[in-house]
Amino acid sequence: MSSEVNALEVVKVSKSFHDPVTVKVLKEVSLELKRGEFVSITGKSGCGKSTLLYILSTMDTDYEGELLIDGEATRGKSGSRLARIRNEKIGFVFQFHYLLTEFSVLHNVMLPGLKLGRKSKAEVEHRAMELLKELDIGEQALKSANQISGGQKQRVAIARALINDPLIIMGDEPTGNLDSKNSEIVFEIFQRIASEHKRSLLVVTHDDDFAKRTDRIIEMDDGRVV
Amino acid sequence: MQLLIDIAITLLRAKLRQSIVAAVGVMFSIAMFVTLLGFMNGLNTLLDGLILNRTPHVRLYNELHPSVKQPIEKAFQRTGDSTHHFIRSIKPKDDLPRLRNATAIMSALENDERVLAVSPRLVAQVLFNIGTTDLNGIVNGVDVMKEVQYYTFNDYLVQGDPSDLATSNNTIVLGKGLAELMEAKIGDVVQVTTATGDRAMLRVVGYFQSGMADYDKVQCFANIKTVQKLLVRPGSYLTDINVKLHDIADAPAMAKEFTSRFGVQAVDIQTANAQFETGSDVRNIISYAVGIVLLIVAGFGIYNILNMMIYEKLDAIAILKATGFNGSDVRTIFLLLSIIIGIVGAVGGLVVGIGLQLVVDNTPFVTAALPTITTFPIDYSISYYVIAVTFALLTTWVAGWFPASKASQIDPVEIIRGK
Repeated sequence: MSSEVNALEVVKVSKSFHDPVTVKVLKEVSLELKRGEFVSITGKSGCGKSTLLYILSTMDTDYEGELLIDGEATRGKSGSRLARIRNEKIGFVFQFHYLLTEFSVLHNVMLPGLKLGRKSKAEVEHRAMELLKELDIGEQALKSANQISGGQKQRVAIARALINDPLIIMGDEPTGNLDSKNSEIVFEIFQRIASEHKRSLLVVTHDDDFAKRTDRIIEMDDGRVV
Repeated sequence: MQLLIDIAITLLRAKLRQSIVAAVGVMFSIAMFVTLLGFMNGLNTLLDGLILNRTPHVRLYNELHPSVKQPIEKAFQRTGDSTHHFIRSIKPKDDLPRLRNATAIMSALENDERVLAVSPRLVAQVLFNIGTTDLNGIVNGVDVMKEVQYYTFNDYLVQGDPSDLATSNNTIVLGKGLAELMEAKIGDVVQVTTATGDRAMLRVVGYFQSGMADYDKVQCFANIKTVQKLLVRPGSYLTDINVKLHDIADAPAMAKEFTSRFGVQAVDIQTANAQFETGSDVRNIISYAVGIVLLIVAGFGIYNILNMMIYEKLDAIAILKATGFNGSDVRTIFLLLSIIIGIVGAVGGLVVGIGLQLVVDNTPFVTAALPTITTFPIDYSISYYVIAVTFALLTTWVAGWFPASKASQIDPVEIIRGK
């Protein structure tokens, strides 16, 4: 892990949707994300910012150009390898919390850690508990995931994103569904992750106040970085 | 893998009612499959046993047949003419149907290592005289103890003791139907007239009931010595030799061999009773077909429930994929769901199935035709349980495979963006 390597590097990524007519939504987008950098992507609705994020997340593989995560090219990699990269190096926070309602809060946080299998179950549990306490929701750990409030759910999702100490945290409108008080809490957590944990953050948002307070703003318009 | 099992079990618990319904479907079909096959095969064994237990694997006998060559043919043979003869003056001889050289054949058979048992038989046509009427009957002279040992004679002896028949002369076991007709009680003496007009008095020591009414109205059993005496024949006089083999499958080949070796007629059990095997096969095919159809129906149930579950769990699948579970992990989770349902259903089905078998086995079933049967027959063969469980797992695996594959191919981006 040499610190010179960018956490994320995008070289001339283009993408088209073909249904019903071919529309080019991303036009040779290039950008990079340094370690510990807190970056937001903004732009109007339909400018392709979410599409870009899902390409960066490795979940969408239908694109042209190059994507390097921690120096590793992801193009043409198998689904299992990409899943492994996501598991190990990327943490996600979505607009809608996307917790598994069948599991307890603690178990939700533990799942990616158990999947990675690098630590024992007890260690993962301990780490998950630490994260939940750090995010001030330690007392909710044993509740079912649908028994807690929206703001708490988003914090659980952040804890889950952090469980494997990923290189990059990606957020798709993480505050889009929250009131201003909870948005503020989430922002503070993100800032702390970037400064204390030295993680890179890449957050898609249309909340200008939120974006202004990040290290760098990437503005997109009509499939291009402005 | 442990993690995937945990996830599968958690998902199952969240959908406990649907999962139970699916498992009950499998359970029901397995229970029916096991009960049906056990019952069918019990019945097969019973019905086949009715005939096969008492039937020798190979029967040697000497059938009455016309003289092969008439003297007139010899007269014309020399001239070489091919002519048709309608003078057929030489009739079959009267000393038939005895087996010639029976003692030598018997000792040869006894030394054959493929042979389990050899028992002699002397069949005599007789008339039973009751009052002024005569009834037709057939007395089978047998080696009683061998019949008991190899042909389950005891099972069909509804009253009396076979040792009475074996040890004392001039005793007879009457067919149940015949005994009722003659109103002969045990200990009574009946008068018998042979075809040649000799008369004898025989003491009734038991009743015989085979389950076939016509047979029981005619057939009687006696010690072979008694019958030889009755017919005024020497101790070597036999009409049949019954052979039981170690392996029933050898019977057709050995029947042919005996025919050429001993110069007698020989018939094997497969030829003599072809209809029984056909019947058993058809019954087996029907019960397997019904069982498998039940399992397939249960499989569709699982398929439906899993499909529904996948639609309800699209979010969960997307999130699992987004956090680093790959397609085959997702497939494994849903396959595990299906297989857990299958295993629970199969185990429950076996328990219920064996319970049902016990119920059927203890249900009274009394019929005059089957004297030794008091309850319905069940075959508790382990192979049916194995087949049932194998099929259950196979069906649930296949039923789970398609929805699980579909789940594994779900694109998380579509789900997450579509919200």
